[in-house]
Amino acid sequence: MKIQLNGKTVETDCKTLFELRDLRFTPDCITICNGFQTSQDMPLNEGDSVSIIKKGVMPSRDELESMMAARHTPAVHDRVKKARVAVCGLGGLGSNIAVMLARTGVGFLKLIDFDIVEPSNLNRQNYYVKHLGMFKSDALCQQIREINPFIETCGVTAKITRESAKELLSDCDIICEAFDDPAAKAMLTEAVLSEMPEKKLVCGSGMAGFDSSNKIQTRKIFKNLYMCGDSESEAEPGNGLMAPRVSVCAGHQANMILRLIMNINKP
Amino acid sequence: MKINGKEIPYEKEVTLDILMEKQGFDIKKIAVMKNGEIVPKAEFGSTMIGAEDSLEVVSFVGGG
Repeated sequence: MKIQLNGKTVETDCKTLFELRDLRFTPDCITICNGFQTSQDMPLNEGDSVSIIKKGVMPSRDELESMMAARHTPAVHDRVKKARVAVCGLGGLGSNIAVMLARTGVGFLKLIDFDIVEPSNLNRQNYYVKHLGMFKSDALCQQIREINPFIETCGVTAKITRESAKELLSDCDIICEAFDDPAAKAMLTEAVLSEMPEKKLVCGSGMAGFDSSNKIQTRKIFKNLYMCGDSESEAEPGNGLMAPRVSVCAGHQANMILRLIMNINKP
Repeated sequence: MKINGKEIPYEKEVTLDILMEKQGFDIKKIAVMKNGEIVPKAEFGSTMIGAEDSLEVVSFVGGG
């Protein structure tokens, strides 16, 4: 029968997954059959998609690609791979969103921030001590290369202004607003809606402190405008930004972006 | 006139920036749609809002 093995069509006489694994690989390999990682043997059928990958070793591009496709299903993987997303602001929201999108396999990520990594960022932002003093755009691109080396990233060290927004964002279809400053959030929203109405914008507002996670929601405000957060928990003295809630909001934004990539427009 | 779906008592035709301030919004932190169209920030002072207009005001709070 013919099956897909690590992204290639192969002819095999093996009747089961483990028979195939032991014939072509070694018994300590990880086995994924039709998107499901299993440690139990199962019968092989015509057309099955199988990934057999050495444990603890970086796979080749083709192997990683087929494994991602298997995990996320090929239809989802193909769309995600073609997606182009700009993340504006690489702080608590943006750094976490970018990493999630990289893990999901988004093919092109434009990562924009003007600032460097500071000690006060480590309480919630996806950086390490070794990144202190680096531009956030560089630090994040470096991390993403270590998470998924086969996606394209473009780090931009710049402050997005009302004047520069259109040109900076022209090569992306989905824009993620992940600034800290509310005036910058409003500026980008106005810029995208008035000058780039065909693009989709996913914003974050209200995620400080440790109020209930369940207050953080994704709402569709308008055609092409989505808002994540509780809309009211402002970062202010006595109500700081902390990793759990910022990450919850980042997860909302990243998932809304994934849904938009999959052509789902409901929040 | 309506703001975010709520009826607001209409007094007279007024510019968007004055109306927003009167309603307690911080102009720097909002984006406004008038009858479904975004109003560029530069046009807040020249955009007139009348009885039939409906506004959606998106307010942002700090943090990210």
